[in-house]
This record gives sequence, structure tokens and C-alpha cells, in this order.
Amino acid sequence: MFSYYLELALRSLRRSPGLTALMVLAIGFGVAASMTTWSVFRAVSGDPIPWKSSQLFVPQIDNWGPNGRSSDGEPPNAMGYTDAMALMRDHRAKRQSAMYQISPSVVPAEVGKHPLNVSGHAVYGEFFPMLDVPFKYGSGWSASDDTNRATVVVISGKLNQKLFGGASSVGKTVNIEGKDYRVVGVLDDWNPQPRFYDVVNTGGFSTTGDDVFLPFLTAIQTSMPNDGNTNCNAVPEESGFVGLQHSECVWIAYMAELDGAAAATAYRNYLNDYAREQQQAGRFRWAPNSRLRNLPQWLDNQHVVPSDTKVSLLVALGLLLVCLVNTVGLLLAKFLRRSGEIGVRRALGAQRAAIYAQFLTEAGIVGLAGGVLGLLLTGAGVASVGWVLPRDIAALARVDVSLLLLTLLVAVVATMLAGLYPTFRASRVQPAWQLKSN
Amino acid sequence: MQIKPILAALRHHKAGTILVALQIALTLAIVCNALFIIRQRLVHLSEPSGVDEASLFVIYNGWADQAATMQFDAQVRTDLAALRQLPSVRNAAPASSCPLCGDGDDVPVMLAPDQTQWIADPAMYAGDEQLLDTLGVKLVAGRNFRADEIGKMGSRDFTVPPVVIVSRTLADRLFPRGEALGKPIYMMSNTPSTIIGIVDRLQRQNVGGWTRPYAYQSMLWPMRPVSSQGLYYIVRAKPGQLAAAMREAPKALYAEDRMRIIDPEHGTLSFAEVRRRIYDSDLGMAILMGLISVVLLAITAAGIVGLTSFWVGQRRKQIGVRRALGATRRDILGYFLTENLLIGLGGVLVGTVLAIGINLWMVTQFEMARLSLAYVMTGVVALLLLGQGAVLGPALRASRVSPVEATRSV
Repeated sequence: MFSYYLELALRSLRRSPGLTALMVLAIGFGVAASMTTWSVFRAVSGDPIPWKSSQLFVPQIDNWGPNGRSSDGEPPNAMGYTDAMALMRDHRAKRQSAMYQISPSVVPAEVGKHPLNVSGHAVYGEFFPMLDVPFKYGSGWSASDDTNRATVVVISGKLNQKLFGGASSVGKTVNIEGKDYRVVGVLDDWNPQPRFYDVVNTGGFSTTGDDVFLPFLTAIQTSMPNDGNTNCNAVPEESGFVGLQHSECVWIAYMAELDGAAAATAYRNYLNDYAREQQQAGRFRWAPNSRLRNLPQWLDNQHVVPSDTKVSLLVALGLLLVCLVNTVGLLLAKFLRRSGEIGVRRALGAQRAAIYAQFLTEAGIVGLAGGVLGLLLTGAGVASVGWVLPRDIAALARVDVSLLLLTLLVAVVATMLAGLYPTFRASRVQPAWQLKSN
Repeated sequence: MQIKPILAALRHHKAGTILVALQIALTLAIVCNALFIIRQRLVHLSEPSGVDEASLFVIYNGWADQAATMQFDAQVRTDLAALRQLPSVRNAAPASSCPLCGDGDDVPVMLAPDQTQWIADPAMYAGDEQLLDTLGVKLVAGRNFRADEIGKMGSRDFTVPPVVIVSRTLADRLFPRGEALGKPIYMMSNTPSTIIGIVDRLQRQNVGGWTRPYAYQSMLWPMRPVSSQGLYYIVRAKPGQLAAAMREAPKALYAEDRMRIIDPEHGTLSFAEVRRRIYDSDLGMAILMGLISVVLLAITAAGIVGLTSFWVGQRRKQIGVRRALGATRRDILGYFLTENLLIGLGGVLVGTVLAIGINLWMVTQFEMARLSLAYVMTGVVALLLLGQGAVLGPALRASRVSPVEATRSV
């Protein structure tokens, strides 16, 4: 029966090629616009570490008090040196790391090559196992390397390619800011988007990844200044990087790994206890106002998904909606034009269900054709979305099997939904009236 | 033209009528908001920066080795001398950042040392006495920095200078009655800084997001940035010699000292490129909204053509009867145009409510401005005209239906 409906549908569509083309174009454009913007939205709103994001937490300590809070009472979104060091010393989470963004120069060993600027982070050794960072060669460093301020470094695969031609450089040295560091690990391809471990400084997305990771305390000891945001509520009493460390300025990101709700509650209590201690010691003159958010909550709180991305998606979905209303109207016109034919079929014994099947098949074919056009347009759209959306964000949009399937599915399902009312009207055609008027 | 028979006829095509009206309503709502976004972005990206953009370029210069502040200071002075000597260069200045360059410092300003809430949060550019001339900004009151007032700003150095130059917007924000010159301001410190000069217009480093309400609030500090983290060299080429200056300047710097880092791709940027980068997303958003609006309008127009054609086809017999009974071609044409106008009016009525509703919702969600009614009115007129234009073809075809059709069956 289906092949019969298929044939009927094709014949009907061929009878009015203009109307058919119009419907297919509308569905194609509507679906493609939605899918292109969706692919960008999907890329920026995705979970960068889905298997672990619920165990990763970002603590916030209120070291500024009521005057430094934002209008919704939020404490600063980064940590000052004093608090970050205290939390690291107490070591209450399963794993944790304070970190700050650095932008040191690397001087290639080859004579005559220009030095280059790289971006990176100063982190603790637990950073690597905590975030399941993949290594190509070697590994991270140990806790004793942290405390001994070892001059070790983990470099990206990209920098390893640039400096050592891609071969294992573990054990070799890299000159960073005029000082030799021993390579202990080379990262595999690792460029999580958003850059979830430090969204405050990276703004969430950047096409260039971190190239070097140094031990936090080593970087502090060698006075490697932070490169990211530095927010102060008062001018530091001493100048320079040391002055920054002694100030209440916030510039350090912090992440802790906690297994389960009980551990999170315990850590939350610990943060409040810590703030209360500081209050008793006279450093904070206000009640504890700490926060502990897991990674998805934190990304949401920091508005990592740019509002332009959301607005484009919404407007594109609006376009799809108009295209569907358009399709409902056109299908209605098309189906009712064939009232006579329907009347004959009904009079010859066709059930309403048969009429439904026939016309929904026709709608489905229109949807499928629109979907195929939509696929092509989505491919073109994703490839050229860098023209209209910020490049580092647009670069994340990918065409993959799931996007292609979704495009087809949305096109077919949406068109069949649009065909429901016209089909309903078609099935209500009174055979007697049609036959008489003919 | 009688409206009653048209309304009576529309009652027989309730579904079609509602669908066309709904489509017009949705299109109006989306296009109004899209046009509003486009207009806002275009206004935003054509805002002047206040500097001599046509002949400016910037070099981001990083240092490859750690050194003492004094050494960097000496190097910066040598670099500047080398840049200023180039035949194609009018002037050059060191700066901690530059207008539209993206990142840099902002410093909260208070009017008394014991104030806890700041009055303004201007962008801060640290530079020397040549920075004003290099940028090409006009001093409208007071004086420029003297060479002997220029201090040094090392890494994470927060020393507040005794004198500052502020933009007119900042001056007006701090001292609305216009008496800013010579007044002390406090920048998170008990040490006052005196306003010695006011410049006409100077944009911030950043123009999006939270800085929007603080546009054009900026200030200059008399300090050479000499931190290990590097600095901007802002270079003003002689008229017509921008390209030559951009070629020569990095070479001159490398000739001075090789232990520096100037990114081969993004290290030297003309100001046109600086501007393009910062407004990239605004331009993109405007283009995207424009594309979607065009597709929307095209689809809606095509939909009206399709549906009206169907109605005309369905009513050929009635049209024939009307023609046989003495209706002129104009009457038939007028009938379909009026019918479309009525549907269109219904659509835009609903669409106006929708457009404003969507905008109000966006205001709460995305920090967007309120939609002005002018956009809605423009959209209403545009959609009604679009409807009339779309219906014209089918209506003309209807008007050519011969009275003979009345006598034919089917």
C-alpha cells in the first residue's frame, strides 16, 4: 500500500512543481538555518568533560565583603593568593589545584630562531589526574615536585612539534623566560572547549590552547606574573607581583574534585568554616558568603554560552516556525484542491485512515526533499558560519552524523506535523458532496 | 469596494486566512526584532574611536627574557627613538593598551578618599607625552603631560600618578557641571591625582558586554609601561605612508634587539584591522539577522502567492459569474487586493503585539534595548506592501478570468 501512496504522492507533487518547489525550499532553508545555529549552540553549550563534570567543583571565597559583591550578592569569581594557598594547604578535596594564567616567552634552542610567546597555566600536579588530561609522552609531576618548586614543565603536543619535531622530549629542557625547565610530560591532543578549568580568564573559548603547564609554586618563586584578569578592591600596598600576592586582589582560578553529595556538603561546610575562622581572626569583617558549584552550574553561572549564539538560534528557530506555518497553508491548498479525487476514493470504500496515510506520505516526501536540501545548506552553513559568528566559536561547529540525522529527522517530522491539519481536513471531505458537485 | 462580501468569503476559508495572517504576524515579529538588532549593531560598529585611524598601527611587543625594570625602560626608549626616526613615521608612543585593542586595565575612580562606591570605571592607557599626538586625539582643555612627568610602570605596578588626562565623557561623568580641570580624583587610594587635561573623545579598549554603559570613559596616565609582559607601540604614519611604516617598523625594532617577541601574524596590526577585530561579532550578527530576514520575507511572500493562486483557481467559476453580472476587471483585482489587505491588517495587528512581546522578553534575557515603535511601524508598512505585491500576480490572473467561465462546469 505504501508504494501506491508513494506513487500517488509523487504524481501529485509533479502536478504542481512550483508549489512543491516552494515547500521544499521553505523547509530546506528553515531547517538549515536552525541546524547551522544549533551546531554552534551545541558546540558552545556542551559539557567539556561529561564523564566527570559533576565531580568537579569551583569554590568561591568572599574576601571582599559586601562592598565588593555584585548586585546578586555573588562573591568574586576568582581567588586571592592568601585564600588559594590556604585551601591548597588544607587539602580537603580528593584532588585540587589552584591555577593562574601565564604567558611566558620560550626561547628555541636553535640559534637564530626568534623567541616565541606561549600561553599556559601554572597549576599543581593534581591538575592532570583531576581533569583526566591525556598524555602522549611522560606524565604530570608529583606532589613533592610541587613543594620542592621543581623546574619541570608539561608542554602541549603542538609546542613539542615546534621545538622537538614531535619526538618524545621527556627529559629534555626548554628555556622559559630565560630559565631551563625539564620536560616531564607531553600532552596528547587536548583542547577542551570551553576551557572549563579557567573560564574567567579564557572567556570560555579560544582557538589556541595552552602550550605550557608549570608547577604553581615554581612560577610564584620565579616571579612569573599572571597574564589573566586581575581584579582589586583596593590598591595593593606593595607594587609588583609580590605585592599582588600580598593583596586581596583576585586572579587565581581553583578547582576541586569531590566524589558524591556527602563530600560536596562536607567541602561546603569546610569553606564556611574557613571563612568563619578568617572572620574571627579579623581578616573578614562579614559573615561567610562562600559558594561551591559543580562544573555545569559554574559554566552556567559564568554565562559561558555567548548571548549572540542563543539569539541566533532563537531567530533561526523562528524562521523554521514561519516556514512550517507556510507549509501548513500550502499543503492545505494542495490537498483540498484534490477534494474530488478524495471524494472518489472515499466513495469507492477507502477508510479515513487510508486518506491519512496517503497525505501524510505526501507530506513526508516533501519533508524528506526539504531535509536533503537542508543537509546541503547546513553543510554550507556550518562551513561559512565563521563569517557571521566570532571565529573562535564558529570554529567549534562541526558537521557530524548526529547533526545530519537530526537535520533529516527535524525536516521530516516537522513537515509531517505541518501536514496533520491539512490531512485532517482532507479526510473530512464529504464523498457525496464532491461527487454531486462534479 | 465593499468589505462585507469579502469578510463573508473569508469565513469560508477560515484555516487559510488564519494561516496567512499567522505567517504575517510571525514574520513581522521576527523581522522587527532582527532589524532592530541590525540597526543597533551597525550604530555600534560605526562609533568613532576618537583616534586618527587612517594612519595608525599598533605593534604588540613582548620581551623574551626577564630583566630589571630599568633595563626595559632603557630598551623602550631606544625602541621609540628608532621608530620615531623612520622616514615614514610621524610619531610613536608606548602604551599599556590602545582603544579597541581588546584588553587592558580599567581603574575605578572616586571623588573622595573614603568613598566606597566608585563613580566611574574608565579604561586606563599608560603612555608618555607623545601619546596624545601619536593617537591624534584633540586636547580640549588643560595641557599635555610634560616629559619630566613621565614615570615608569613595571609588572603589576599599581602606583597612582599625581596627574592624569581624562576623556571629556569621563570628565562629564565625574564633574557634571564642567569643572573637572584641576580637580583631584582618587583611584582606590588615598593619594589624589589631579586632572590636568581633557581630551575630546577617546574610546575604551573594549566596546562590548559590561563596558557598554561606560563607553568613551578613558584616561591617560603619564607612565611608560616597562613590565616584562610587554607593551604596545602605537605608531602614527605620515599621511599616505601607512603601508611603508608597517613594513619598516618591526624591522627597525628587531634591528635594535633580537630578544623580543612580535607575533609574525597578529603582532603588527593596522588600526583598520584592530577595528575589524573588535567589531567582528557585531558585523557578523548584523549579516546573520539580515540573511534570516530576507529569507523570511521571501518565504512569506512566496507563501501568499501560492495560497492566493490556489484561491483564485478555486473561485474561477464565481469570478466568471461576477464578471458576467457586470463586475469589471478592476473590481476583481480590487477584491483580491482588499482581501489580502484585510488579512494583512489582522496579521500585523497580532504581529505588533508579538514583536513587542518578544522584545520585552529579550530585554530580560539578553540585555537588549527596548524596541522603538518606529521599527514596528516600518515593519507593518513593509509587510502590508509585501502582501499587496505578492498578491498582485494572482489577482491580475483572476481579473483576466473570462465571463464565459461562468457557463462552464468545473
